Amino acid sequence: MSTVAFTIIAILTLAAALAAATLPKLMHAALSFAVMFVGISAFFFLLGAEFVGLVQIFVYIGAVAVLIVFTILLTRHDTEKVRGFNWNGVVVAVAVFAGLIWAITKTKSLSQAPLQIEPVTVQRIGELLMTSYVWPLQCVGVLLTAALIGALILVMEEKRE
Amino acid sequence: MTLSNLLIVSAALFCVGLLAALSRRHAIFILIGIEMMLAAANINFIAFWRFGPQPAQPTGVMVAIFAIAIAAAEAAVGLAMVIAVYRHFRTTNVDQLNRLKG
Repeated sequence: MSTVAFTIIAILTLAAALAAATLPKLMHAALSFAVMFVGISAFFFLLGAEFVGLVQIFVYIGAVAVLIVFTILLTRHDTEKVRGFNWNGVVVAVAVFAGLIWAITKTKSLSQAPLQIEPVTVQRIGELLMTSYVWPLQCVGVLLTAALIGALILVMEEKRE
Repeated sequence: MTLSNLLIVSAALFCVGLLAALSRRHAIFILIGIEMMLAAANINFIAFWRFGPQPAQPTGVMVAIFAIAIAAAEAAVGLAMVIAVYRHFRTTNVDQLNRLKG
C-alpha cells in the first residue's frame, strides 16, 4: 500500500517540479510549483508528520504561491524576448545528482524499515514549542517581523523630490 | 518505501531546483528553484527523523517547522526585491542587471 502511494506521489512531485523548472510561461510554472508542494505535503503525511504537511500546505500554497502569482502580475513584461536556457546549469545539476546518488547507494545502513511510533500530536508539538524550543520560537518571531518590515520598506514607493 | 528511496527523491528534487536556479534567467524562476531546494531539505529532515534511531523525540518535525518559517520569510523578502528591481530597471532578467559588473 505504502509503496504504491510512495511511487505515485514521487512521480507527481517530480513531474510538477520539472514542469515548474522548465515551462516557458511564468504563470504555468507558478501553478506547477503549487502542485509540487501538494506532493511534498503528501510525503509528510505518508511519513507521519501530519502537522508539518498541513503547515506546508498553508504556508506554501496559501501564501508563497499567491505571492509569486502577485509578483508575476506586478512585473509582467511581454515586450522583450528573454534569452532562454543556460545549458551549463543542466550540466551542474546532473553532476550534483550523480554525486548524491552515488553517495546514497554506497551507504549501507539506509534500507531499514521504519520503526513503529506514536503519532506526533499537535498538543505535543505545542508543548515542545513552549518548553524546549521557546528560544528558537522567539528568534523566528523576531526574524519574521524583521522580514516583514524589510519587505515593506523594499517595496515602498520612493518619495519624488 | 525505504530511507534510500526517499533520499533519492529528495536528491532529484534538489537537483531540479538547482537546475531552475542556475539555468533560468528570470528572477522569479530563481526564487522558485531556491524554494524547491529548501523543500527537498525538509523532506530529508522528516525522513531522517522517521527512520532514525529515536523517532519518539519529534526533533525532525520541529526543525522542519522552523525551516518552513524561515523559507517563508526568505520568499517574502526575495519577491519584494524582485518588485523593487523591476521598478528601477524595468526588467526582471538577471542577465541585464549588470551595473556593478567591473
